[in-house]
Amino acid sequence: MTSTVSAPGPVALVGSRSDPPGRRSTGTRPARTWLPYALLLPAVILELSVHVVPMVVGVWMSLRGLTQFHIRDWTGAPFVGLDNYRTTLDVDTTTGRELLHSFGVTAAFTVLAVGLSWALGLFAAVLLQRPFRGRGVLRTLFLTPYALPVYAAVITWTFMLQRDTGLVNHVLVDDLGLFEDRPFWLIGSNSFVAVLVVAVWRTWPFAFLCLMAGLQNIPDDLYEAAYLDGAGFWRRLSSVTLPMLSPVNQVLILVLFLWTFNDFNTPYLLFGGSAPSAADLISVHIYQSSFITWDFGAGSAMSVALLLFLLVVTVAYLLVVNRWRRRA
Amino acid sequence: MLKRLLTAVAAVVLLAPLLSACGSDEPAAAPKTLTYWASNQGASLEADKQILQPELDKFERQTGIKVTVEVVPWSDLLNRLLAAATSGTGPDVVNIGNTWSASLQATGAFIQFDDATLATVGGKDRFVPAALASAGAANKPPTAVPLYSLAYALYYNKQMFADAGIASPPTTWEQLVEAGKKLTNGQRWGLAIEGANISENAHHAFHFSQQYGGEWFDAAGKPTFDTPQNVAAVKRYLDLMAVDKIANPSNAEYAQNQSVSDFANGKVGMLLWQAVGSSLKAQNMAADAYGVAPLPFLQSAPAGGKRVNSMVAGINIAVFKHTKNRDAALQFVKFMTSDEEQVALNRTYGSLPSVRTVASNEAFQAPEQKVLAEVLGSTAAPLPQVAQESQFETLVGTAMKELFAQVASGGQVTEDDVRKKLSDAQSQMRG
Repeated sequence: MTSTVSAPGPVALVGSRSDPPGRRSTGTRPARTWLPYALLLPAVILELSVHVVPMVVGVWMSLRGLTQFHIRDWTGAPFVGLDNYRTTLDVDTTTGRELLHSFGVTAAFTVLAVGLSWALGLFAAVLLQRPFRGRGVLRTLFLTPYALPVYAAVITWTFMLQRDTGLVNHVLVDDLGLFEDRPFWLIGSNSFVAVLVVAVWRTWPFAFLCLMAGLQNIPDDLYEAAYLDGAGFWRRLSSVTLPMLSPVNQVLILVLFLWTFNDFNTPYLLFGGSAPSAADLISVHIYQSSFITWDFGAGSAMSVALLLFLLVVTVAYLLVVNRWRRRA
Repeated sequence: MLKRLLTAVAAVVLLAPLLSACGSDEPAAAPKTLTYWASNQGASLEADKQILQPELDKFERQTGIKVTVEVVPWSDLLNRLLAAATSGTGPDVVNIGNTWSASLQATGAFIQFDDATLATVGGKDRFVPAALASAGAANKPPTAVPLYSLAYALYYNKQMFADAGIASPPTTWEQLVEAGKKLTNGQRWGLAIEGANISENAHHAFHFSQQYGGEWFDAAGKPTFDTPQNVAAVKRYLDLMAVDKIANPSNAEYAQNQSVSDFANGKVGMLLWQAVGSSLKAQNMAADAYGVAPLPFLQSAPAGGKRVNSMVAGINIAVFKHTKNRDAALQFVKFMTSDEEQVALNRTYGSLPSVRTVASNEAFQAPEQKVLAEVLGSTAAPLPQVAQESQFETLVGTAMKELFAQVASGGQVTEDDVRKKLSDAQSQMRG
């Protein structure tokens, strides 16, 4: 929406600048040139104050030794140059090593969570493509995790994952007898599985929703033609459904990747302020490094590094996908 | 053309309030209103509000100053205080955990209680010295004044002790282990441990370390986490679960006071906690069902070991420098530390008064309060009053949480494991 409104602006400006002054710019011109900007102003102000200014302040903070001694007058925090980056990104120090570990955990978590959410979403969307009795009920049911407030949902999971009194262990150990000893889910190495399951449970309905919408746009003729050519289910999926879904997938995977990589609510609510090492996702790690240890400079340095990483990945992804699509 | 101009004017007019709303300060509010952030002392946030409101109404009747209270849960309080300190807006008067005093003092966001300021709330001598010593670094004016005082004690289930043939509460850790083993059977456990609660872990690390002759910070304020004494202290606490097996491994994931519930429900025979009587009452455990004793000591103290079995725990009350009503805020502090309020509030919460004048009041003669007073008066020591104290609690408490997780998953924890965790924690101390 922003681009459609602003488009006439620069064009008109360029036009009037290249013309001799006073000649063609009649009375109506100026009004037309600045009105779009005036209408854009609220959006620009909000965008600046909500996104751009905090980001710039974050970069500024990452160059300062901002600890508890300076938070009251934080503009007076001493300039330390790249020291915060040196300490937090140097893998020979404990801080750097832990950040790298957290990064690795987050990368594995993101790949698995996005992959599983996407696969589950596609599976359910394809199954529900044809109308049948109860389809509406199933669709609603599948979307429930996405509609639930994240706090209520994840706190319920923490109760379910308790070792002695949780529903998960009751089913796995008491009913199914899969484990001899009751496993821990919220501490120790299983916590990775716990946070992965909760994250997939929360995000797959979004993938399902997008893919379902994408499937609606595939003309039935294609399936009919494929069917006449003798294509089975898998052939139709790989030769018709997936290629036709690729524009949806392109955006969906990117959005899921960014959301999952940055997800703060799920691990924070599941584990409280301190995540177990096996599930030490990067957003909570940064929170701990800045808020709990009161070292906001180091925390900002980590955030800026994370921002750069996500930017690089996003740009590379878009370049690769666009080139691939042009070739296709 | 005119139409367009009108649209543009309309747009600007519509925007103007939005723009000016960003920059303008609120006009100075009527000077007779204070905002107060109270910490969670009772069974719930709502219960606290109901306990405090009549007292605040009384203050308003006496002085005409209206106090708006918000009870902030412990998990949010420190972050909220930091945010208020950073932005320079927020409440006028706040409760702080007394162990954060020196850390918060370093921010410079609170007014200092120098002798002149202390005089306006009743004078230095009015307060219990140990409690006032936990209100900031040693050589600086306090950053707050004490409000409620607490100490750790050993709570034990009388019936379970009698059933197991244990005549008296343990006075040494060796006796505690022995009693714990007698209490532990398939259904019940000897001791409850809040293993994933970072603050609880750090507090136990403190008094165990004192008993082993250790310190978490040296005289210059530098962290000394991985000394042999501290390693031994942390290992002693972990071994209650790992080696002595008197605590349920499930306790390793406890962080929401589940150990208090387990004790109240008779699932466990012993609990190490601060003034937990009012919570036990809220969970329907009768006051005569449990006994209270000081925390044990080591049977034979190693060289340099101190007779310390609790931190000086408590809640302080502080005033933000950014308050527009400094006088009213100090009046409120004076009110909250007055004899009458000290008796009323501490009686309700089961804590001890922070002022000397009411110590002998009949409200504080119950067995629990007498034990707490004895501990506070003789064998409690303040946590290190250094600016990095809150980092110590977080880093060491988290390291212990991970070690408990390792124990609970069946892994062995050696001295080297403990030392490595503690030196990793220490290397993350900055600033």
